[in-house]
Amino acid sequence: MDFDIIIVGGGPSGLTAGIYASRAKAKVLIVNEGSIGGQMVLTHQIDNYPGVESVSGYQLSKTMRQQAKTFGCTIKTGVTLTNISLDGEVKSVELDGKQTFTAKSIIIATGGRSRNLNVKGEDEFKGKGISYCATCDGDFYRDMEIIVVGGGNSALEEAVSLTKYASKVTIVHQFDHFQGYQHAIDEAKAHSKINFMLESRIIEFIGTEKLEKVRIESLNSGEITEMSISGVFIFIGYVPQTEFLKDKLELNSWGEIVVDNNLQTNQKGVFAAGDARVTRTRQITTAVADGTVAALRALDYINQK
Amino acid sequence: MVLGTNLKHIETAAKHNEIINSTENVMVCCGRMGPMCLPVYDIMEDLEDEYTNVAFYDMLFDSPEAHVIRNAPECSNFMGLPFTVYYKNGKLVKATSSIQNRAQITTILDEYFS
Ligand SMILES: Cc1cc2nc3c(=O)[nH]c(=O)nc-3n(C[C@H](O)[C@H](O)[C@H](O)COP(=O)(O)OP(=O)(O)OC[C@H]3O[C@@H](n4cnc5c(N)ncnc54)[C@H](O)[C@@H]3O)c2cc1C
Repeated sequence: MDFDIIIVGGGPSGLTAGIYASRAKAKVLIVNEGSIGGQMVLTHQIDNYPGVESVSGYQLSKTMRQQAKTFGCTIKTGVTLTNISLDGEVKSVELDGKQTFTAKSIIIATGGRSRNLNVKGEDEFKGKGISYCATCDGDFYRDMEIIVVGGGNSALEEAVSLTKYASKVTIVHQFDHFQGYQHAIDEAKAHSKINFMLESRIIEFIGTEKLEKVRIESLNSGEITEMSISGVFIFIGYVPQTEFLKDKLELNSWGEIVVDNNLQTNQKGVFAAGDARVTRTRQITTAVADGTVAALRALDYINQK
Repeated sequence: MVLGTNLKHIETAAKHNEIINSTENVMVCCGRMGPMCLPVYDIMEDLEDEYTNVAFYDMLFDSPEAHVIRNAPECSNFMGLPFTVYYKNGKLVKATSSIQNRAQITTILDEYFS
């Protein structure tokens, strides 16, 4: 066996599980796609993590990563999980289609990610007209016309923040009403640079070297129009990153992992922690609490063997 | 003005030119400390041990000196951070815009630098 415990996901829940398990002298591997810290690094300033007055998500991630490493955790980040085997006594993960690692127990801590539109051209124009981060890319669109897709708080708030740069922001949303807080809706509606295309959806991104236009379908009339546009920002919510577990673990209808009070899944020796599991509250504090519980129960499991 | 990563930083355009002209294989990630850039820095830090034939650097996008990358013709259509550029013997051989995963990066390293 290569490891006692493999943790899939290096956000706050996975890193905390790594800290607890490796401090208990278990041999632990954390495998992580994306950046260490998960959604935490999207947060410029965290003000509600007890004991820390105010900290950037990047700094908190860096500290948690260092703590896990200090206790002896092996961390592989930026990898792609190409296979996972959860049944039986020996569990395993395959990374980048090349390396396979085995363990007695696995903790799934894969959190959530922003949802893609899954529309033709979306991949092709990522970074060339399509963005998922207003603070990262907003200033490339100075004095240009852009679209924001979505109708929740993120879409409404980011649309307002993008008016700092763009000459005009059109919010394209599939329903006739918004899902955001009233103050966010009011602020967007009152803004002179923002206008709305409701009950509409983008069905294609078009361009040569970069995005030039989009095709938009009216969900009422079925009419399809083309609109010239420099940029599209997509904020259509978060989904649990559990697609790869579909036939391997019990998930609910939203794709969240079903667990018992010990965070054990329907597979013996497989635990789930943080935003990826069924829960109503998704915060850093709840993620680290889950990481703690999952690590301690995984240690119990391997010690009983 | 440098980024808060553990990578080696390029601070000036002159240093940038000196590095790419004196080193065979160079990868530079030019970005900010944002969610699209951080994963790329993380992967580069990890790859430093594996790809000893490549020099890995970052550069702060907002530094005026970063014009050498921002204004490279290969990046003219880019509208997403980070701008990641790959140089072989001083020549820019590949450039990407926005977040990239490990497999995308290693594919480029293997294609251009092996
Ligand atoms: C913009 C924003 C602001 C926020 N602000 C706050 C705040 O101020 N305070 C607060 O308490 N909470 C905040 N949150 C919520 C908080 O960040 C999350 O609840 C928390 O990060 C969840 O932790 P996690 O470890 O469960 O998952 P995540 O943080 O999502 O981490 C999961 C990790 O697993 C990786 N992963 C996914 N799939 C795989 C796979 N197949 N293989 C390997 N790795 C994988 C991901 O790349 C990621 O690194 C915010 C969230 C966002 C998006």
